[in-house]
Amino acid sequence: MPTPRGLWITCLILPALAVMLLFVAYPIVSALAYAFYHWNGMARGEFVGFRNFYDVLFTEPYKSTVQNAFINNVIVFVTLMVVQNGAAFILAYALWREFPLARFHRIAVFLPVVLSTVIVGYLWKLFLNPLFGIVNQTLKAVGLAGLAQPWLGQSDTALASLILVNAWHWVGFPTLIFLAAMQRIPSEIYDAVRMETESEWVKIRKIIWPLVAPAATIVFVLQFIGSFNWFELPYVMEGMSGSPYGNTDVLALYFYRLAFGNPGAGSSDFGHGSALAALVFIFITVFATAMTLYLRRREIEL
Amino acid sequence: MSDTTYTDRSGLMRTFGRDGLLQILLIANTFIMIAPIVIMVFSAFKPSMAIFRQPFAIPDFTDLSNFEAIWTETHFVRYFFNSLLITGSSILAILVLGSMAAYALGRYNFRGSSFLLLFFLAGLTLPLKLAVIPLFVLMRKMGLLDSQLSLILIYIAMGLPSTVFIMTGFIRSLPGELEDAARMDGATEARIMWSVMLPLARPAMVIAAIHNLVPIWNDFFFPLIFIQNDLLKTLPQGLTSFMGEYTTNWGVLFAGLTFAAAPITLLYIILSRQFINGMTSGAIK
Repeated sequence: MPTPRGLWITCLILPALAVMLLFVAYPIVSALAYAFYHWNGMARGEFVGFRNFYDVLFTEPYKSTVQNAFINNVIVFVTLMVVQNGAAFILAYALWREFPLARFHRIAVFLPVVLSTVIVGYLWKLFLNPLFGIVNQTLKAVGLAGLAQPWLGQSDTALASLILVNAWHWVGFPTLIFLAAMQRIPSEIYDAVRMETESEWVKIRKIIWPLVAPAATIVFVLQFIGSFNWFELPYVMEGMSGSPYGNTDVLALYFYRLAFGNPGAGSSDFGHGSALAALVFIFITVFATAMTLYLRRREIEL
Repeated sequence: MSDTTYTDRSGLMRTFGRDGLLQILLIANTFIMIAPIVIMVFSAFKPSMAIFRQPFAIPDFTDLSNFEAIWTETHFVRYFFNSLLITGSSILAILVLGSMAAYALGRYNFRGSSFLLLFFLAGLTLPLKLAVIPLFVLMRKMGLLDSQLSLILIYIAMGLPSTVFIMTGFIRSLPGELEDAARMDGATEARIMWSVMLPLARPAMVIAAIHNLVPIWNDFFFPLIFIQNDLLKTLPQGLTSFMGEYTTNWGVLFAGLTFAAAPITLLYIILSRQFINGMTSGAIK
């Protein structure tokens, strides 16, 4: 028999808990369970053990797409970490100073973050159009016609274009996290070091970075999870098959293709899709946890 | 002693100085962030030929023919109200359920409370996208495929962890004296929560609402899987079918993008401070 107070607390928590159990915990646990069954359409088939996992990792036609997609995901993560965060750190450092129009610059850097990926993807797809897009038009207008090319339609520029568009879309997020961390540096500490040295580099390395690092840890982990979930932008800009020649194929896209790629045709491959999802999920969880622990312990020294 | 140490500055540094260089960088960056959006809006008011010939020219803003095409030939207005309905109901439910749970976790000490908080927080980093196959099967069993309720339920589940995280911390920091005073006056626990504590937690509610507004309004993945009926589509989802149909009329394409981007952009420009605080709140302690 619960006390009135216990009953009251239960009433407060139960609705939220029920939603979380039904629509988060249950699907995630079942996603792992589904991977052990053969699914060919509507109903669950026979238990096949680790067969789906084996197929996805070691058997064609799954193997080469998964490998290719994984490599693309790693490229996306590493370049975003370097390009996007490098730019974000420099921008935050500049925004930290009370320049004229500082507030306006802050609003501008974050503006694309609030736009839907679908809007950003189509906008840049139109800009990067080989014939009429503004990028090639501008290159021709300034006498650099030789640089104009089908950005999204050839293998060596497609992924790079997508990564740059993604950086444009999201750079404001790490910028403002870094900026908020910089603004929390006590001015006494900063002034004390300014007396010691004039070198900006020493100040960045000794004061600014160590105090920004804890906030950066969270940014890195979120970016890691985001990179291995990357779906919307490649889907919108390059379509479901990640053309050309699978150059923008990423794991989430292949997962979607396996599970929902052929709607109504009764050929949805939920078994292999779930196995791939489970592998990505385990990979993300293990590495995100390891990253958090490692970065926390190291306090991310430069 | 520091005067002599750093004299080997590069040419650029000598011309502009450190602050000058940083300022030029900021101005250039602001241009890069804003110019594509300005060109998108300009192009929405131009016929296709003008977009190709003079992409940077200021258009005749009284020429609304592209928007008329959107208004009369597409379901954009419908998509807009669908997004409004789905986002609005999701956020409302997130705030009600999230405040209740956060209040219990923040104000009372009971067995398992820290475990429950951890359970909610675990949802912060779980990518629900990867659990979409079981979600699909679950929604099929519940008869919710091709219904907006399926999206609302998923968005509530997606929004609760951050809301509980933001609000529990805030509610914990509220002073206990008010609560004790009300209790001495004989107020019930429900009355204390509703009339004394929750009004104080309003700033955290605003932060939590904005934190969830952007991802829910912009989501494209879950509608893609759960909604087939054109009349039930959301704005980002509707945009994809529209972009496929009007591949040649660029003026109309840009008008569609502008129409879809306008609501959240305008809201952001008006409430930029709240947006920035809300969107970045999860990552800053």
